[in-house]
Amino acid sequence: MTAHDIHALSGAYAVDALDDIERARFEEHLAVCADCRDEVAGLRDSAWMLASLTDTAPPPEMRDRLLAGIKEIRPLPPETAPRHRADDTVAPSTEAGRRRFGWRTFAAAAAVLAVVGTGTVAAVELIRDDSSQTLTTAERVLRADDATTVAVDLPGKARARVVRSVSENRAVLVTSGMPAAPSGKVYELWLQHDNVMVPAGLMPKGSDQTFVLEGDAGNASAAGITVEPEGGSDEPTSAPIALFDFSQAT
Amino acid sequence: MRPLSSVPSGDSSPEGTGSQGLAGLLRRIARGDEEAFAALYDATSSRLHGLVLRVVRDPAQAEEVTQETFLQVWRTASRYDESLGSAQSWLLTLAHRRAVDRVRSAESAGRNDTAYHGTTQTPPHDTTAEAVEASLEARRVHTALETLTAVQREALQLAYFGGYTHTEVAAMLDLPIGTAKTRIRDGLIRLRDAMGVSR
Repeated sequence: MTAHDIHALSGAYAVDALDDIERARFEEHLAVCADCRDEVAGLRDSAWMLASLTDTAPPPEMRDRLLAGIKEIRPLPPETAPRHRADDTVAPSTEAGRRRFGWRTFAAAAAVLAVVGTGTVAAVELIRDDSSQTLTTAERVLRADDATTVAVDLPGKARARVVRSVSENRAVLVTSGMPAAPSGKVYELWLQHDNVMVPAGLMPKGSDQTFVLEGDAGNASAAGITVEPEGGSDEPTSAPIALFDFSQAT
Repeated sequence: MRPLSSVPSGDSSPEGTGSQGLAGLLRRIARGDEEAFAALYDATSSRLHGLVLRVVRDPAQAEEVTQETFLQVWRTASRYDESLGSAQSWLLTLAHRRAVDRVRSAESAGRNDTAYHGTTQTPPHDTTAEAVEASLEARRVHTALETLTAVQREALQLAYFGGYTHTEVAAMLDLPIGTAKTRIRDGLIRLRDAMGVSR
């Protein structure tokens, strides 16, 4: 995709009319293009006005539920600028905390969406744990100042890229045109630490995915994809179909 | 029927509850200020919920999405970055993206969303019509929309209110691949210019 093409996505991005792959690509671009950031901000203000056509108050009970619900939720602290953290090693306690965000979190978030009743604030308990944080993890990585990318061509027209941010300590896999795993098999992701492959989650089904690898990517040397029996494996049982060497990342 | 909301929906224009005002509320919310959260809810819930309802259509699911959006606002207010855009568009983007994700994942999961249509399509439109009548801002938007070409208007509405991707919009409107995104962008720009003039 040429630079000109990607600029032209600003309007579709402003109204969420991009698919996941395009959205991820455009957000990579946004991170480096101030013109597009300004344009998107302006176009979103147009969208705010357009939405006045649909103003509809939610049921009054929602206000009460929310005001009760938020009492149990601790607002997140501001993100202290990642660039200051880039050189620091991440403390073990933080690693443990961060490890919880990954594909399992996606599954948990999906479960929450299925479970949340409009009448229950019990669901708040679950939501506060993960969902909103997870939804923005991929974006944060893709937009990080220090994000670097390794792209790999796969058989057929499939492509896969891993974008890593050391400051975010996370890596994101973006695939397009991935063929489905063979029946009874799954694609498993790995992060390589000191020549050991550590499980980093199972790829969701679907050819085009944007997926946050589980685990600390900041100090990993590579990421990989293998084909594993359903349910995944603790260590690779086959040669990787793709290997993303972070030392080659640009 | 006036919604139970301390700030009427017609007053939620950028001038009324203003970007600065909302940004200030978000800063207070980030510090755990529940009153600020209530004020923000009153100022924006009609706009956010109306849009969510329009996209999701099913009232029960729309309520879930709106509620989740506001919980996300409470939790992540500190992550709002003024340099990346106005507070109102940050809020609306959170809501719209959740709504779009909801309809797209329902679609890919093959949920029986055809079953919803028969029972739930009508109410949102009725309430929408009411809101249109009530809101001065909406009347201005209607006028501004008339400055768009028919294709720009349709493409923009299918994308924004329908939750369709620009590729899907191109197919729906029989446009050459790759041109719907341009129509959407041009439509938004014209809308912005027309609203700017009428202010």
